Amino acid sequence: MEAVIKTDKLTKRFGDFIATNNITFEVYAGEIFGFLGANGAGKTTAMRMLTGLSTPSSGSATVAGFDVYRETERIKKNIGYMSQKFSLYEDLTVMENIRFFGGIYGLSDKAIKEKSDMLVEQLGLASEKKKLVGALPLGWKQKLSFSVAVLHDPKIVFLDEPTGGVDPLTRRQFWDLIYAATSRGVTVFVTTHYMDEAEYCNRISIMVDGSIKALDTPYNLKREFGVGSMDEVFYKLAREARRSAD
Amino acid sequence: MVLLQDLSKSYDKGNVKAVEAVSLEVPQGELFGLIGPDGAGKTTLFRMLTTLLLPDGGRATVNNLDIVKDYKAIRSQVGYMPGKFSLYQDLTVEENLNFFATLFGTTIEENYHLIKDIYQQIEPFKNRRAGKLSGGMKQKLALSCALIHKPTVLFLDEPTTGVDPVSRKEFWEMLKRLKAQGITILVSTPYMDEATLCDRIALMQGGKILAIDTPDAIVQQYPEKLYGVRAAAMQKLLLDLRAYPNTLSCFTFGEYFHLSFKDDHAGAAEDLERYLESKGHERIGIGEVTPTIEDCFIRLLKQ
Repeated sequence: MEAVIKTDKLTKRFGDFIATNNITFEVYAGEIFGFLGANGAGKTTAMRMLTGLSTPSSGSATVAGFDVYRETERIKKNIGYMSQKFSLYEDLTVMENIRFFGGIYGLSDKAIKEKSDMLVEQLGLASEKKKLVGALPLGWKQKLSFSVAVLHDPKIVFLDEPTGGVDPLTRRQFWDLIYAATSRGVTVFVTTHYMDEAEYCNRISIMVDGSIKALDTPYNLKREFGVGSMDEVFYKLAREARRSAD
Repeated sequence: MVLLQDLSKSYDKGNVKAVEAVSLEVPQGELFGLIGPDGAGKTTLFRMLTTLLLPDGGRATVNNLDIVKDYKAIRSQVGYMPGKFSLYQDLTVEENLNFFATLFGTTIEENYHLIKDIYQQIEPFKNRRAGKLSGGMKQKLALSCALIHKPTVLFLDEPTTGVDPVSRKEFWEMLKRLKAQGITILVSTPYMDEATLCDRIALMQGGKILAIDTPDAIVQQYPEKLYGVRAAAMQKLLLDLRAYPNTLSCFTFGEYFHLSFKDDHAGAAEDLERYLESKGHERIGIGEVTPTIEDCFIRLLKQ
C-alpha cells in the first residue's frame, strides 16, 4: 500500500519538555486514520509538524511525498486543513469564502465556478449561498469548512476535532462528507474526542504522554485489550498517562 | 429547587429566539442534565437562571426566589461555572479561590470540606497563576471557586466540552460526590453519552425542549425497533442500506449502522439479510439493539 504520511522517530522538544517523542507510523492512501490521545498527549504538536507549521527537533517525516524540514510550502499545497476553531471569514458570504480559498489554492476561475456550484448543491446551501457565513448555524459552518478544506482536491486532509459541539445528526452528515471524500481518493487524518467516531476510522493510533501507545484497526484494538468498545480501549491506555491533562 | 415557566429570551430585536417558552422543574438534590449541541440555548438559559441576563418572557425561580426581583439573594445561593474560563488569569490558584471566598463573605477554611476532594488535586500548584494551568486543572479550579461559598444550587455550563474521555469520567465522579452532599446540580453538555449519568435530562435544540424525563424513560419511548447492522465493507453497506425500500432510517453508530424498518414484520431482518447477500456483502451481522439517548435525539431532530 502506498504511504502518504511516513514518520520515523519524529520528535519535538520545547526546552526540557518532549511534546512528541519518537513517533513512527504510516498512513496509507485513501484511508481514514484516527489520531487519538488525551488532552496534552502531543497530538496538536505532531499535527503541526505534519502540516509544515512547526519544524521537528529530530527524526524524519514525509507528507504527500514531501519532506517536513525542507519542503513545507509544497506540503501546504498538497494538504487540506480544518481546525476545531472555525476559520472561514464570518463577514464574507458562502460564495465569497469559496472563491477566496479557491484563489489561495491557485484554482482557475473556471474551476472555482464549477466547484462552488457543485459544493453548494451538495451541501444543500443553494438558498444560503449569498448569506454571510457568520449567520450560518454551527453545523453548516463545519460542513462548509470541510468542503473548503478539500476544494483543491488535496492528497490528505487534516481534521482537528471537526465535530466538537455539533449536534448528533449533523455529526453524522459530516461523516457522510468524509466518506464521500475518501471515495474520491482523499486520505483523511482526523482527531476526535468522540469514541464512536473512532469506530468510523480504518485505523487508529492512540497517543499517551507524547508516544504512540497503540496503532491498529478498531476491531483489533478491542480484541487486543479484551474490551467491547473503543471508549474502554482509550480509557485503559490514557489513564496510565503521567502528564497532567490539558 | 429550580422552576421555569415559559421562560424566553431572544436576541437581535427578536430575530434570534435563543430560548423559547421553556418550562421545567428541578427538585432539590437532583442532578439535572441539559443536553444539546452548540446553539441549543443552554448558555442563555443558565445565564438567565444565574441572574446575569434578563428574560423577555415567562418567569423562573431558584430556591423560590424570583430571578428578576430577587437577583441579589439568588447570587449568594448559587454557584456558576461558565463555559468559558472566567477566573483571573494573572492571580494564582490560591488568590483566585481566596478572592471568591472573600467576595461571598466566607473563608477557604470555613468551607474547605466542600472542595477538599477537588482542590487537593490542584493544591500542589496553588502558587501558579491560573493562566498557566492546563485545561483540566483550570476546570478543577473553576469548580472549586464556584463551590467555595457553599451554594445550594450549582450551574455548570459545559464543564466537559473539549475534555478527553478520561478527564470527563473523573469530572462526573466529582459531580456524584457533590450531589451526595445534597447540592442541586444543573449541568449542560453536548455529549449524549453523559446523559445517562444524570437523574433526569432535557434534550434541547433550537431554544426548545424536545423531551424531558429520566434517561431510561426517554429510551423506552423510542417507538421503533432498532437494529445494529454491520458487514465487511461498511461504506458500501451504508449506501445499500439507505437504498433498501423497507429502510425507515439508517445512520452510523460506532461500529454498527443503526437501522429501523418502515414495516417491521416478522422476518424483516431475514429479508434484509437476503437483500444484502444479493448485493455481495460478506460477514453480515444484524441484531436488535437497545436505543441510546443519542438515537432518541437523532429521531427527535428528524421529526
